[in-house]
Amino acid sequence: MSRVGIIGIGHGVFGRRSDATVQELAFEAFRDALEDAGIARDDIDASVIGSVPEYHKQRSLPGVVQEYLGVNPKPTWLTEVACASGSAAIRTAWMAIKAGVHEVVAVIGCQKMTELSTPEILGLMGRVGEVQWESVFGTTFPAYYALFARRHMHEFGTTRDQLLQVAVKNHHYGAMNPCALFRKEITLEKAKESEEVATPFQVYDCCANADGAACVILASEGAAREIAKKPVWLDGMGCATASMSVLRRPNLVGLPSAVEAARVAYEMAEVGPEDVKVADVHDCFTVAEILAYEDLGFCKKGEGGRFIADRQSYIGGKVAVNVDGGLKAKGHPIGATGVSMTVEIVKQLRGEAGERQVSDADVGLTHNVGGIGQYCFVQVLRRD
Amino acid sequence: MFKWFGKVNFSPYTKVAGFAQELRDGRLMASRCKACGATSFPPRADCAECLSGDFEFLEISGKATLHTFTKIVAAPTGFEDLAPYTVGVADLAETGRLLAWIGDTIAEDEIQIGMDLQVVPRIFEELEEIKVYYTLEKPGTAWTKTKSSA
Repeated sequence: MSRVGIIGIGHGVFGRRSDATVQELAFEAFRDALEDAGIARDDIDASVIGSVPEYHKQRSLPGVVQEYLGVNPKPTWLTEVACASGSAAIRTAWMAIKAGVHEVVAVIGCQKMTELSTPEILGLMGRVGEVQWESVFGTTFPAYYALFARRHMHEFGTTRDQLLQVAVKNHHYGAMNPCALFRKEITLEKAKESEEVATPFQVYDCCANADGAACVILASEGAAREIAKKPVWLDGMGCATASMSVLRRPNLVGLPSAVEAARVAYEMAEVGPEDVKVADVHDCFTVAEILAYEDLGFCKKGEGGRFIADRQSYIGGKVAVNVDGGLKAKGHPIGATGVSMTVEIVKQLRGEAGERQVSDADVGLTHNVGGIGQYCFVQVLRRD
Repeated sequence: MFKWFGKVNFSPYTKVAGFAQELRDGRLMASRCKACGATSFPPRADCAECLSGDFEFLEISGKATLHTFTKIVAAPTGFEDLAPYTVGVADLAETGRLLAWIGDTIAEDEIQIGMDLQVVPRIFEELEEIKVYYTLEKPGTAWTKTKSSA
């Protein structure tokens, strides 16, 4: 079966970008990706936008992005599955290429969040929970993951220190990433002093809302071999769902969508979790990274706390996780996040990650979660 | 009358709207499929098991145990005046799970996963319009049941 390759990557600076509109952010990432691929704008057959529309005043985002990039009259469309919108965009581009409809497709994840206030964002995000029976009690996004954290602590003895060690690690690597919102190391003591958000979470358990964009350019196997010096292949593409309501989940200590998406991706790529050298996982909250270690099979269910305490997810451990800083340090412009993950893994597999390079990285993985695990996309990427 | 359910209601129209009237009258209802007997909480009109749309309400005891909880300090729009508030997820004795505020009968330092609870129907007394909800309380907490107004 023919493969789909990534031939170009671009990544803007994440943060409070009061200097730019969402299409201007998209342009930065797109221009970088074109330059990286060494192709012209006319070589793009279509673009797919990953974004969550509720945050923008502009209705129907693909139109304004497509115009500003100057890619009219080529086709464009939007994908939306909450915080996994970026990976969904990559998946539809992959599908279009696999189907033979398009040969070269640009995927742009972009989001401008900071035009809304924090309570407005808390309200919007809380309604990614089920609104009929849950949001009526003022649930928030951190609160949902806090419910998982508390249950995980109860069942497996996971500790506050272990949760916050995820934040310490991700800030450690974020300090080395010029595109990250937070480029400073933090200590466990400092994290423990931060304000409560939704117990047991404090500020340092939570990723930050941000503006930003990232871009990947995908191509058919033939075109990728022709264009790219170091193509990276999307060999495993898993995607799965779980109930909208957390009340209807089998348990609150893992994300069944992540387990299923990982199973599909590993099977398609014919690899296992032990083969993965570097991964970008969806650490919207500290516990989410611990759930990811377990759901992806890097360790057994319940052992995620020990996995970080033993530094198994640092470079030099069993698998390097979020060594770009993760959502925690990079910031989380929701539509851009999935694409940002793929950009980082491509850098790692090309050997271009600089001081945070994982040696011998040949198989990488992304894990992009939408909502509270209602959607999950797992990609297994490989170099030649 | 589902607009009655919740301080801020996001879904006023539903096939299980009768739930809110029952709650106002002090009864907590699950749903039961008339075709196959499958029960659900939260109630649902269309059976997840056999796809039948023929359902009835089934009164449940509200006896429950605490599955997990969180104290929300940073509240969303519409709930700032209540913060901080503690939300619990409870496993219901008869069927399903429920999410609600942990009420006044339980002190913060008494909250423990696995503790026994009683779901208690409530009306927001301080609001002019009818707003109903439920809280998680200590077992044995009394509340008023009235005859249906229907």
